Amino acid sequence: MQLKPKYLSLLILVLLVAAAPLFFPSGFYYRVGALIFINGIAVTGMVILIGYAGQISLGHAGFAGIGAYSCALAPVYLNIPPVAAIAFGAALSAALAWVVGRPILKLHGYYLGVATLGLGILISMVLLNEAQWTGGPDGIAVPDLGLRGLLRDMGLRVGAGELWYWVAALVMILGAWLALNLFDSPTGRALRALHGSEVAARTIGIDVPRHKLHAFVVSAVYASVSGSLLAQMNRLITPDVAGFMHSVQMVTMAVLGGVSSVLGAIFGATILTALPQLLTVFHQYEHMVLGLVMILVMIFLPDGLLPSILKRLKGRNEE
Amino acid sequence: MSALLDISDLGIAFGGIKAVDGVSFAVRPGEIVSVIGPNGAGKTTLFNMISGLYRPSQGQVRLDGRDITAMEPHLLARLGLSRTFQNLQLFGDMTLLENVMVGHHLRERAHVLPDLFALSSSRRSTRASADNALALLRRVRLDKGAYREARAMSYGALKRLEIARALALEPRILLLDEPAAGCNAVETAEIDELIAEVAASGVAILLVEHDMKLVMKISAHIVVLDHGRKIAEGAPAEVARDPQVIAAYLGQHGQDQVLHAER
Ligand SMILES: Nc1ncnc2c1ncn2[C@@H]1O[C@H](COP(=O)(O)OP(=O)(O)OP(=O)(O)O)[C@@H](O)[C@H]1O
Ligand SMILES: [Mg+2]
Repeated sequence: MQLKPKYLSLLILVLLVAAAPLFFPSGFYYRVGALIFINGIAVTGMVILIGYAGQISLGHAGFAGIGAYSCALAPVYLNIPPVAAIAFGAALSAALAWVVGRPILKLHGYYLGVATLGLGILISMVLLNEAQWTGGPDGIAVPDLGLRGLLRDMGLRVGAGELWYWVAALVMILGAWLALNLFDSPTGRALRALHGSEVAARTIGIDVPRHKLHAFVVSAVYASVSGSLLAQMNRLITPDVAGFMHSVQMVTMAVLGGVSSVLGAIFGATILTALPQLLTVFHQYEHMVLGLVMILVMIFLPDGLLPSILKRLKGRNEE
Repeated sequence: MSALLDISDLGIAFGGIKAVDGVSFAVRPGEIVSVIGPNGAGKTTLFNMISGLYRPSQGQVRLDGRDITAMEPHLLARLGLSRTFQNLQLFGDMTLLENVMVGHHLRERAHVLPDLFALSSSRRSTRASADNALALLRRVRLDKGAYREARAMSYGALKRLEIARALALEPRILLLDEPAAGCNAVETAEIDELIAEVAASGVAILLVEHDMKLVMKISAHIVVLDHGRKIAEGAPAEVARDPQVIAAYLGQHGQDQVLHAER
């Protein structure tokens, strides 16, 4: 029996996540891994928005910001437990995406890019300027999720890095499962169809604005959850999480790895997260390298790294 | 039988130039009506108005007596109006099977949450669409390439794929814009047979086609456009003898073809 592509992708993901710690030279690498997975979550949302539906967003870090600050503020001001704050942030992001998405998604191409850019900037400005709530540019502390304490009470002692490695991995794999389900579903096909030809999609009965909006909302939830986890892992959050560079990073990671494939996009997230963490030289020039990578990929591998590699391997097999 | 599609005084202007001007005609269930005319006559523009892509500046389109002028295309699809495109509009990254599966969109329940969690309702929809789509691909003899990407297929195959996708809607009226363009004789004959078969099942068909042999053979009724106006209409034999039609479009060559087809 042949494994369905969906399960093959998930299996590869699970194996890599489970095996990677065997090669970690130090505990620091758990943290890098957790960061990769947290970015992997946001990037999986971009696959749904850009890869499936063909809509661009240069402002999704704004939703990551909402997720992150929800974890900082909701437990303090609304008395919501830290775990529920993740869901609270996700609901807030979804609601905002729903309201803003309606008018914005009528735009096409770079008009949509500019509008989403504006949305992201707006959110990050609010976070930066409402200092009495958000702590302004210095950031704000995030209440403890309490997971480590809970495990300790159960007699399990795990380091923070290690714990977040597994939590983020679990959420990312869950997110990948959802996105892979969507790909091969009525909604997923409708999204890919309107990506291919909006005119044809409309004439076969697809309510194009509705489906675009759904993709936008779902991807906003991914970004929000990613921001929430980042906040809770770091226990401190600054407005950078909602900044333009973070939005660009999300798109670049997805496009580098292969924006139409979940596995590819996570691969992209892995490369662009790990390199600056592991090579300090890279860290200094991160933004320049990001730009360079983007240009080179667009010219030489417009499908992204993983799909291009797979295509080449396949081509060789068929010869 | 009364008309299923009723077009009256339909017209549109682009920058003051009337691309279609006061065109009226009707199509009954199971009937094949063809629209012919020289390049730029306004045939595709007429289709774009009927299918809701262009908003007419004058006139009305009625489906089953109901005014559907300038209705959203996806709502027209719900009412059973389906079409193909002169310059292919396919989903290149999707497989042939998936291209036809999305044609079943209206019968699928596309709700984002059940689809994300792959609930059984979602999986059932997908399975049913796949079964139906495979049957349709078989009907247009594309089932062998069902799992290949559309972009990898030949032009003739894609023309048939578009028809299969349009049929997946189970339309009551089907608009075909040059379905045989760029197809070889064998493929044209197949498309001819397919169209006749679909009409025989009760679907009303509105056809634009330059292949006069095909048009004369399968049409019950022909509407001739020139410079956006209807210059003639009637049974194939009538239209073929119309001196105005011969002058504007058919020419001597076309008439020979027509007479040939009649024999
Ligand atoms: N969106 C548009 N904007 C401006 N002019 C248009 C538009 N669509 C069509 N036209 C014009 O309307 C006229 C009719 O074009 P149309 O495509 O309907 O012709 P056609 O009969 O389908 O021709 P062909 O046989 O070449 O397909 C042409 O002069 C064309 O340039
Ligand atoms: Mg045309």
